[in-house]
Amino acid sequence: MTLLIVRRILATFVVMAVVATFVFGMLHVSPGDPAAIIAGDLATVADIERIREQLGLNLPIYQQFWRWVANVLSGDLGRSIFSDLPVAELIGQRIEPTLALTTTTIVFSVVVAVPLGILAAWKAGSLADRAVMGFAVLGFSMPVFVFAYILIWVFAAQLRLLPVMGYVPIGQDVGGFFRSIAMPTLALGVTYIALIARITRASMLEAIHQDYIRTAFAKGAPIGSILFRHALRNASVPIVTTIGIGIALLIGGVVVTESVFAIPGLGRLTVDAILRRDYPVIQGVILLFSGVYVLINLIIDLTYTILDPRIRY
Amino acid sequence: MRAAATIPRQPGLKRRFGARARWLKRHPVILAGLLLLGMMITIAIASPLFATYDPIRVNPLERLRPPDAEHWFGTDHLGRDVYSRVIYGSRISLLVGFTVALLSTVLGLAIGLVTGFIRRLDAVIMRIMDGLMAIPSILLAIALISLSQSSIQNVIIAITIPEVPRVVRLVRSVVLTLRDQLFVDAAVSLGARLPRILVFHILPNAMAPLIVQATYVCASAIIIEAILSFLGAGTPPEVPSWGNIMAEGRTYVMVAAWIVLFPGIFLTLVVLGVNLLGDGLRDTLDPRLRRGTTSVL
Repeated sequence: MTLLIVRRILATFVVMAVVATFVFGMLHVSPGDPAAIIAGDLATVADIERIREQLGLNLPIYQQFWRWVANVLSGDLGRSIFSDLPVAELIGQRIEPTLALTTTTIVFSVVVAVPLGILAAWKAGSLADRAVMGFAVLGFSMPVFVFAYILIWVFAAQLRLLPVMGYVPIGQDVGGFFRSIAMPTLALGVTYIALIARITRASMLEAIHQDYIRTAFAKGAPIGSILFRHALRNASVPIVTTIGIGIALLIGGVVVTESVFAIPGLGRLTVDAILRRDYPVIQGVILLFSGVYVLINLIIDLTYTILDPRIRY
Repeated sequence: MRAAATIPRQPGLKRRFGARARWLKRHPVILAGLLLLGMMITIAIASPLFATYDPIRVNPLERLRPPDAEHWFGTDHLGRDVYSRVIYGSRISLLVGFTVALLSTVLGLAIGLVTGFIRRLDAVIMRIMDGLMAIPSILLAIALISLSQSSIQNVIIAITIPEVPRVVRLVRSVVLTLRDQLFVDAAVSLGARLPRILVFHILPNAMAPLIVQATYVCASAIIIEAILSFLGAGTPPEVPSWGNIMAEGRTYVMVAAWIVLFPGIFLTLVVLGVNLLGDGLRDTLDPRLRRGTTSVL
C-alpha cells in the first residue's frame, strides 16, 4: 500500500516535470525570435537585446533550461518584464481574491449541486429530474462571461441590488465582501454545478439500483437515511473525482470572471500579462495553476481509501 | 410501417427518409440539437442574406441606439448594427468549432491508436498527455496565442492542442479493451498486420464514442474561442466574432446591455445545439446507458 502511494506521488512529479518542460519549451518552439515576440511590435533593437539578456536567451538552450528549472525549484519564478517585480511577489499580491472566489464557488456549488443530483436520481424521470437535467445542459452551454453579463444586467443594471464590479477583502468588510463576491460566485459556479449535479445523478442512479438499497428500504429505513447514508456514500467516489477534475474548469473560469468583474486576482494578472506579453508572469501563473490542479487531484486520489475502504493502494 | 404498406412501390430513397424522420422523432434531444445547429449553419452560410446592414459600417450619428424596428439588436458605440454583426459572428464560431473538432479528432485518433497498440511508446506518450492535461485548457490556449500573431488560424491551433490529449485518452482506452478481444486475436492469427487491424477491426468500434467526443470538443472550442476573443487574445479585433463584439460592448453594459446580451444568447444557443446533439448521440450510441431498470425508491 505504501509503495503504491509513493508511486502515485512520483507520478505527480513526472506530470509536473512535463508541465514545466512544456511551459519552458513553448517560448522556444514558437516561430520567430522569442525576445522579439516578447518585446512587441514597437520595440527597438536595444529593447530586444535587453530582454534577451534579462531572460538569458543568449545562452545555449540546455543551459537556459537548467538555469530556469533550478530557479523555479528554489522558488524564483523570474522577474516581470513589465514591472520588473519578482513574479512570485506579484502572485503573492494577487492570490487572496482568487483564493476567496474559488473557495466560495466550490462550497456554494457542492452545496447546491449534490442535493440537486440526488433529487434528480431519486425522482428519476419526474419533472424535477428533467428540470435539473435541463438546467445542467444549459449550464454547460452558457459560457461564464455570458452568464456573468446576464447577472450584471439583472442585478446591477435593472434591480440595482449588487455592485457591478470591484472586490472588497473579507478582512475589511464582511458584508461588502459577500456583496462583491455574490455575482462572480454564481457566474463561475454555474458550469461547475451542472457538472457535479450530472455526475451525482448518474452515480446515485447506479447506487440506488443495488440490492442493499432494496434491503434498507425493506427494513423500513427512513428515506433520508437511505439516500444520504447508504446510497450517497457508495456513490461518492465518482462525485469527488469530478469535483477535483472540475477544478481545471474553475481555473479557466476564474481568468474570465475576474476580468468581467474587475477583481484584482491572479486571473486579472494573467490577462494583463498576456496583453503585455509579459512571458515570465505567464509562465509563473501557468506553473502555479497546474501545480495546484495536480496537487488537488493527488489529494483526492489518496482520500479514496477513506471514502471507499474497498479501494486499497 | 403503415406508410410502407399503403405505397409498396415507393422508391427506396423516400422510404429511407421516412424511416429517418421516424427515428429522429423518437430522439427529440438529437432533433432539437440538429434543428438549432442547422439554423446556425444556415445563418453562417447565408450571412449576407440575413444581415440588414454592413457589419463593419460605422455610423457615429446612430451610436448606442436601443433595439428598434430599424436596428433589431440596437447599435454599438460606433453606430454599427449589432444584429448584422451577430449574424456574421456565427461564421467564426462555427468555423473554429468544426475545424478544432475535426483536427483534434484526427490527431487524437492517430496518436491514440498507436499508443494503445505499441506498448513501448505508450508510457512515454501518455505521460506527455498527462502533463498537457494538467494545464487548464483556457490558460494553455491563451499562452500559445500570446506567443503568436493573432489570426484565426493561430486561434484554431491554440485551441486544438489542449483538446488532443482528451481524444487520445478516449481512443487509447477503447483500444486497450478491444485488443484482447477474440476477433482481434483471430485477425492476428490470420496474419493481418498492425495497420490492417487498426483500420478494419479497431477503428469501427471506436467510432461511436469518438463522434460523441468530437461534439463535446466542438462545443468547448466554440466557448474557448469566444473567451479568447473576449479577453483580447483571440480572433483579430476587426473581425466581428461574438467574443469581440462582447469585448467591445463590455464598457457600455450599464447603458447599452444589448451589445453584450445578444451575441451571448447566440453563443449559448450554438453551444446548446452542439451539446444536445452530443448528449442525444451518446445516449443512443452507448447501449449501457439505456438500462430501463426501476428502483424501489
